[in-house]
Amino acid sequence: MNGVHDMGGMQDMGPIKYEQNEPVFHEPWEGRVYAMNRAMGAWLKWNLDAWRFEIELLPPVDYLLMSYYEKWFVTLQGRVVKYGFVTKEELERGRATEGSTKTTPILTPSMALQMNRGIPSSHDDSIAPLFHLGQRVRARNIHPTGHTRLPRYARGKYGEIFRDHGVYSFPDTNSQYKGTARQHVYSVRFAGRELWGEHASPLDFVHLDMWDNYLEPA
Amino acid sequence: MDTSRRTFLGVAAVTVAQGDLQMHTEPHIHEHSTVPSDTALRVKALESLLVEKGLVDPAALDALIDAFEHDVGPRNGARVVARAWVDPTYKARLLADAASAIAELGFTSHQGDHMLAVENTSNLHNLVVCTLCSCYPWPVLGLPPTWYKSSAYRSRAVIDPRGVLKELGLALPDDAEVRVWDSTAELRYIVLPERPSGTEHLSEEQLAGLVTRDSMIGVARVSAQAPGGKP
Repeated sequence: MNGVHDMGGMQDMGPIKYEQNEPVFHEPWEGRVYAMNRAMGAWLKWNLDAWRFEIELLPPVDYLLMSYYEKWFVTLQGRVVKYGFVTKEELERGRATEGSTKTTPILTPSMALQMNRGIPSSHDDSIAPLFHLGQRVRARNIHPTGHTRLPRYARGKYGEIFRDHGVYSFPDTNSQYKGTARQHVYSVRFAGRELWGEHASPLDFVHLDMWDNYLEPA
Repeated sequence: MDTSRRTFLGVAAVTVAQGDLQMHTEPHIHEHSTVPSDTALRVKALESLLVEKGLVDPAALDALIDAFEHDVGPRNGARVVARAWVDPTYKARLLADAASAIAELGFTSHQGDHMLAVENTSNLHNLVVCTLCSCYPWPVLGLPPTWYKSSAYRSRAVIDPRGVLKELGLALPDDAEVRVWDSTAELRYIVLPERPSGTEHLSEEQLAGLVTRDSMIGVARVSAQAPGGKP
């Protein structure tokens, strides 16, 4: 989706506001929101790609105005309803409906620190790469309306396969539960001048991680 | 302000619940972006509900928060960097298979199981960004600082990396290559900064004390002096 989240190359976002000695969480509620997202994620009802897409689906004005953990909070509220953990009425009332099922939390304190992301190994000899190191490629000029990890600023641009990262689920389909479509992901090296024109330094390069499906031979 | 803000948060939540793309056409007007005073209460209400329904264990939430506030942070990454500086065979392993080399030091968990370490030299400078969201190597650097997640950094790091670095206090020579790593997939990046000269006599632990979070994102150099204000 060509959304405001895809902001690589925009120039009107103002100066970078650097905070000295920044705390991990600015308010206690931010930590609770972070941890609740992790704890609810442990139910494995949604995947990371779907999770990211829900944040991208926030209305663009909201996306830009909300703080980071506000986005996490608002989408978590929606998600627990959408995936059937709580009803809309319960969310509004802040109380469980009388007689509703009480379950047992899946994320325990001892598990909390041991979770990995559940991303399977990237080593998979059964899936052949479509491109090889050093090969010149073009990022496809496509505009999917769902979740994608192919930024607009790279579409249609020429680069070179720099590294093969192995095999990963394809976000465009995985985010919609239409299959993992596992395929190779590469670090693709783009010259700054290819992306941004002659005003870029000839010594600027941008490396993007790209799935087979985002690329075509040049 | 509170009322409109509350309404908007509620509407946004329902939007997500319904997956309603049409919401994009409805205008939302906010006076400013500060956190409303009732956000803390709303978060508490959600937590109470999830606890009441047995969906989350508040002690597990406490454990996660405590870990990221006290244990999991850039000190971990600093130990990786210092080890790589003093042990060439470790450095070779780190550059070849970062996740395994980092795991040797005991740092494995969420958001770091696929890692790449990229090395700065006198004529190559690496810089890490996530233009699409906020991807960051949690086990070695902790949770990302606000500026890393900001629209300003995410948007400009790829189109004007030298300008961004200058803005953050790092001037690069024109003849140095700048290599920006946009974290668009599940790879997470840590920059192996240059070891500053004049540190030959320091122990691994003392070296780790010099390594800053910012140097491992690639927006600062490591100084031979102990870091001041910047983490």
